[in-house]
Amino acid sequence: MIPALGLLIGLAAGILLHPAVPLVLQPYLPIAVIAALDAVFGGVRAVLDGIFNDKVFVVSFLSNVVVAAFIVFLGDQLGVGSQLSTGVVVVLGIRIFSNVASIRRHLFRA
Amino acid sequence: MTQNQNNAHADEAPPPTSSALRRLSLSARPRATKANLLAALLALLLGFAVATQVHQNQSAGLETLRQSDLLNILDNATNEASRLDQSARELQATRDQLISGSSSGASAIEAAQQRLDALGILAGTARAHGPGIRMTITDPAGKVTFPLLLDAIQELRDAGAEAIQVNDVRIVASSHFGPRASGIEIDGKNVNQPYTITAIADPATMASAMEIPGGLSENVRQLGATISIAQEQDVTVGALHTLSAPRYARPVPVSAPATP
Repeated sequence: MIPALGLLIGLAAGILLHPAVPLVLQPYLPIAVIAALDAVFGGVRAVLDGIFNDKVFVVSFLSNVVVAAFIVFLGDQLGVGSQLSTGVVVVLGIRIFSNVASIRRHLFRA
Repeated sequence: MTQNQNNAHADEAPPPTSSALRRLSLSARPRATKANLLAALLALLLGFAVATQVHQNQSAGLETLRQSDLLNILDNATNEASRLDQSARELQATRDQLISGSSSGASAIEAAQQRLDALGILAGTARAHGPGIRMTITDPAGKVTFPLLLDAIQELRDAGAEAIQVNDVRIVASSHFGPRASGIEIDGKNVNQPYTITAIADPATMASAMEIPGGLSENVRQLGATISIAQEQDVTVGALHTLSAPRYARPVPVSAPATP
């Protein structure tokens, strides 16, 4: 409940404040968001599986974000930033889909 | 603890959907643990990041596009710019045309007005004033005939008279003179003594033309009449000639080829 509220408040703050993304963070923010979404869906799935753990969620969230950003950073340094970003997005997308599929099976038995 | 609860639920064998929902609602119960607050903070950050990124993506956009898309956009912008440039040039040309048109229209009106004034004085349809002479011929014996007056008009024209009036008759190009029992007639109107001739031009020139030996003054005096000539700085030729449309004469079109 509290994290959901936090999500809503964050959305509202982002919409209302229109903060400018620092140039340094611009390539990493979308990937970090995708990674965080993956962590969130993984957390919801864990809740439904009954194996949710706050500490695990926090750690996986942070590590997902950091690793995703690091991969993009590495790709930029190697000159394959856009391709690696695409790869990360694909992998995270697949994970999000599988998590959502698991959540769906729990909620709708289908 | 969570594990035990799960096992208990599994033992009771409730419909999986309701157990999943219960677990969801259980976990949704606000718990003020440190980890839960941290998760909330992370969620807040996530929401903020999502909104920021979406906004960023909507406001800017060019730097994320591929090269071909950028080329397309550049082409479109170039085409649009040249099209607008063309349109601006056409509009400017139209504006210049309109401005010069209105000014040339004003000058045309001015020229037309000047022409109208000149033609009006020439045709006798406009009153005229200016330096000139007023000449009075008194002829008690009735010896002054119309050829003498015609000679006087001719002499005045020779001296440069631009507008002439005899008594109250304007002398124009079509004026004709004839005899009358009581005097003379000009353009079908009776002109009685004394004959007052008003002419506009250089007064000295006209006066000397009248006084020339063998000229009008001498002829008039030989006939026993008297003539007085007054040079004035401003005389008015106020009589008007009524124009009638030509019945037979037609203007030759300007563009018609000249006959050999």
